[in-house]
Amino acid sequence: MTLVWLLLIPAIGGVLAWMAGGRHPDFPRWISLLVLAIDFFIALSLIGPAMSAGHTAWIASFERPWIPQLGISFELNLDGLSLLLILLTIALGFISVVISWTEITDRVGLFHANLLWSVTGVIGVFLALDLFLFFFFWELMLVPMYFLIALWGHEHRFYAAIKFFIFTQGSGLIMLVAILVLVFVHQQATGHFTFDYLALLGTKMNPTVAFWLMLGFFIAFAVKLPAVPFHTWLPDAHTEAPTAGSVLLAGILLKTGAYGLIRFVVPLFPDAAHAFAPYAMALGVIGILYAALLAYGQNDMKRLVAYSSVSHMGFVLLGVFAWNTLALQGVVIQMLAHGVSTGALFILVGALQERIHTRDMRLMGGLWGSIPHLSAFGMVFAIASLGLPGLGNFIGEFLILLGSFQVSVPLTVIAAIGLVAGAAYALLLVQRAFHGNATPHAETAVKPHDLTAPHLVVMAGLFLAILGLGLYPQPVFDQVAAGLAVLQHDGTPSAGPATQFAEAAP
Amino acid sequence: MTAASFAAFAPFTLLGTVTIIVMLLIAIRRSHKLAAFSTIIGLVLCCIALPFAAPTSPVQVTPLFVIDGTALFYAGLVLGSALVVAILSYAYLDSTAHGPREEYYLLLLTATLGAAVLPASVHFASFFLGLETLSISLLGLIAYASPRATAAEAGIKYLILGGASSAFLLFGMALIYADLGTMSFARIGALAQAGDPHNLYRLAGVAMILIGVAFKLSLVPFHMWTPDIYEAAPAPVTAFVAVVSKIAVFAVILRYFILAEGQADASLRMGLAIIAILSMLGGNLLALLQNNVKRMLAYSSIAHLGYLLVAFLAAGTLGIEAAAYYLAAYAVTSLGAFGIVGLLSTPASGRDADQLDDYRGLFRTRPFLAASLALMLLSLAGIPPTMGFIGKFYLIVAGVGTGLFWPVAALVLGSVIGLYYYLRVLVAMAMPVPVPAESTAPVPVSVPLFGTAVIAALLVLLVALGTYPAPAIALIRMTVG
Repeated sequence: MTLVWLLLIPAIGGVLAWMAGGRHPDFPRWISLLVLAIDFFIALSLIGPAMSAGHTAWIASFERPWIPQLGISFELNLDGLSLLLILLTIALGFISVVISWTEITDRVGLFHANLLWSVTGVIGVFLALDLFLFFFFWELMLVPMYFLIALWGHEHRFYAAIKFFIFTQGSGLIMLVAILVLVFVHQQATGHFTFDYLALLGTKMNPTVAFWLMLGFFIAFAVKLPAVPFHTWLPDAHTEAPTAGSVLLAGILLKTGAYGLIRFVVPLFPDAAHAFAPYAMALGVIGILYAALLAYGQNDMKRLVAYSSVSHMGFVLLGVFAWNTLALQGVVIQMLAHGVSTGALFILVGALQERIHTRDMRLMGGLWGSIPHLSAFGMVFAIASLGLPGLGNFIGEFLILLGSFQVSVPLTVIAAIGLVAGAAYALLLVQRAFHGNATPHAETAVKPHDLTAPHLVVMAGLFLAILGLGLYPQPVFDQVAAGLAVLQHDGTPSAGPATQFAEAAP
Repeated sequence: MTAASFAAFAPFTLLGTVTIIVMLLIAIRRSHKLAAFSTIIGLVLCCIALPFAAPTSPVQVTPLFVIDGTALFYAGLVLGSALVVAILSYAYLDSTAHGPREEYYLLLLTATLGAAVLPASVHFASFFLGLETLSISLLGLIAYASPRATAAEAGIKYLILGGASSAFLLFGMALIYADLGTMSFARIGALAQAGDPHNLYRLAGVAMILIGVAFKLSLVPFHMWTPDIYEAAPAPVTAFVAVVSKIAVFAVILRYFILAEGQADASLRMGLAIIAILSMLGGNLLALLQNNVKRMLAYSSIAHLGYLLVAFLAAGTLGIEAAAYYLAAYAVTSLGAFGIVGLLSTPASGRDADQLDDYRGLFRTRPFLAASLALMLLSLAGIPPTMGFIGKFYLIVAGVGTGLFWPVAALVLGSVIGLYYYLRVLVAMAMPVPVPAESTAPVPVSVPLFGTAVIAALLVLLVALGTYPAPAIALIRMTVG
């Protein structure tokens, strides 16, 4: 029942925030903070070992019939991986509320309602284990995010919002067809018509069918991740979204793609995924380098961060399809660290735009002199993003490379070049925006004020988080170990050329 | 007729009686309010009578009708939709003082009567009579009491094209009768099964019936009339055309194919699949080009009928259930969407609020109606938590379950294209309110409370059955399945 509350609290909070918006603009803000804080503590209370009975990795589960006629149940299950991602979701949601305090002054109630509802949808995605329920939440989370971009975004917000929606919805429908074919194949094999993930695991099917179904799932998740060549929606959506929207998109929504790959694609179709792994890993490597190159060429600071996001997600794709313990641990850390560091960078860009009314780095320069705190944090998170040892991203990328080295040496070597490219664009950002001489534009303008106290607290919190992940990631590994072990067991190819994978586990 | 068949047929008899009573009331006293209220109360009574008529087993009422779960389910949809249209019509007509308004309800009732008996028809005679009762009343409704010249034009267009399609239908029926010597669906099925599967008479007859029905369902390439009629007719009538007539015709053709063409040959299925794919893609692509919301919804309804054909092609239990749920979802959603268009319109101004610009800033000026319209459009696009989502899911289940690869692919592609124009309306509603000077939007005097209440009721239905569809599916299994 705890899991249901986890979902219900932000959902109801959204309604309350919407209704309270008419009375006073601060009410929705406080309601959102309160709701997310409660939700966070509920999620925190779930940290701990897995339940002893039944499936070995579940920390909590909940199941009720929903549409029994079609074999659909309302089935929620939580393991370490879902729990960590949910904690990240709620924390970034909380931060989004704080940093929107002064940015969003229009229709405050509706804004916070949409924010809370998209958090609800994402939590649902991380919890749902019935494939229909999963798809339901998968679609549901799009709507509030669409409104966040379309109503509170920047200049080209309508274009970006529609593009975002069409990309994700279209790929989602392909996944739906794949889900249904899987369900019918399972029905033919066993006589049961069910959408239950645990029942569908290990469904026997011929390799061609398995390959196409795997591809159906893969496309949906690759669009969301996003992997090159499905990434074109992301720079637009990120750039046009309000700061809170960018934080949620980068921090949380992208993680649903990675989560889907880990939870569904590989365990449901182990053989097909194994056969496809070299191509997927190659896509990941292409993504790392190509997006880094694009990031290097941007003048718009927000687009730079957006492309860096695509580059980081390339590592995630590489790690998932390497599919060994080291790489998967790296993927988990990479997801958390990317959520924190990219979220922080988006907040800083948003704060900068609020102050100097531009995101164009050609008009910046020498900001360190006028706004030292903002600039310092900008540099910290930029170097976190380039993978400096001691900060979270390093652990993630290092483990992913270590894991994928056991699977494919050439791809790993090429991917490692991405680290250099990462250093190039991250340092370029710092150099162009914060260092150097103050541009004439900046001189004539009114001197911008530095970060306010709430922003400073948020930034300090995020910094501690990224530092913690970088210096002592062991608690994270402990929390996800059981879940990953089960997934790995399910996702190991049954026979044949699987030996390579089996040996890869340390 | 036996007592059992009288009891089973009671809702339809009641509807006929209500029609006569309303006619007499108009003769006694001309009052818009009286005519509207007696119509609404009559339709409510008919709806209440439906469950009592539910027989334990199908009852044959004369050779023309059979009253079973399917007939009652679709009759219920027709009556419920007609009730909503009647209420919305009152709101729409009440704000205009132009001409007599009372006979409108008479036409509405006769059209409903024609539509309600169609799902129960098992004979060419009742099929054709029901359809003509519906079409001729509709003709009156489309051109009714409107100050706009376009309405009369639309009426004539509907008369001529509808007449042509009826002629096709009739000729097809005649060919089949000439071949088999019977007009009862079940007999046709039995005789056709025993006879030559490649009989030219029968095949030509089925093809012509299909053409006639495709006209009424506005499937590509027989859809030309749809956008013009939808645009020119008053918004509540558009809702009636879009919902009630489609449900009735779809239900009767579904029954015809189950009973008479059970062994439907491959070429027929191929033809249907092509029509379905053309409708899904054509409807959605043409809708992209529209700046008029009513025309856009017209093309979108073409696409939705194309989606429904996927369930039709799937046949079997799953297909029939999917079609029933999708029609229910389509009814709730379209009634809501056209209802909101109607509520925002002032008929006296000479046009409905149908330009995309009329919807600019609606989220600020009328937040409730805007939010409702947003959910209706999301439902048309198949996004949760709405009935449209479950309906589309059901259709894809049926399509995938019977291995209809190309129609399902077209459904997916069509849905993605469709998103664009639905979202365009959402975007327009979210834009800033236009400066009054540059706006040509007719400013509605006020939206009546009961109009808002009807929309609210539809909205509750839309979301409740979209998140917890089990009761609706149980009902469909009990009646239709």
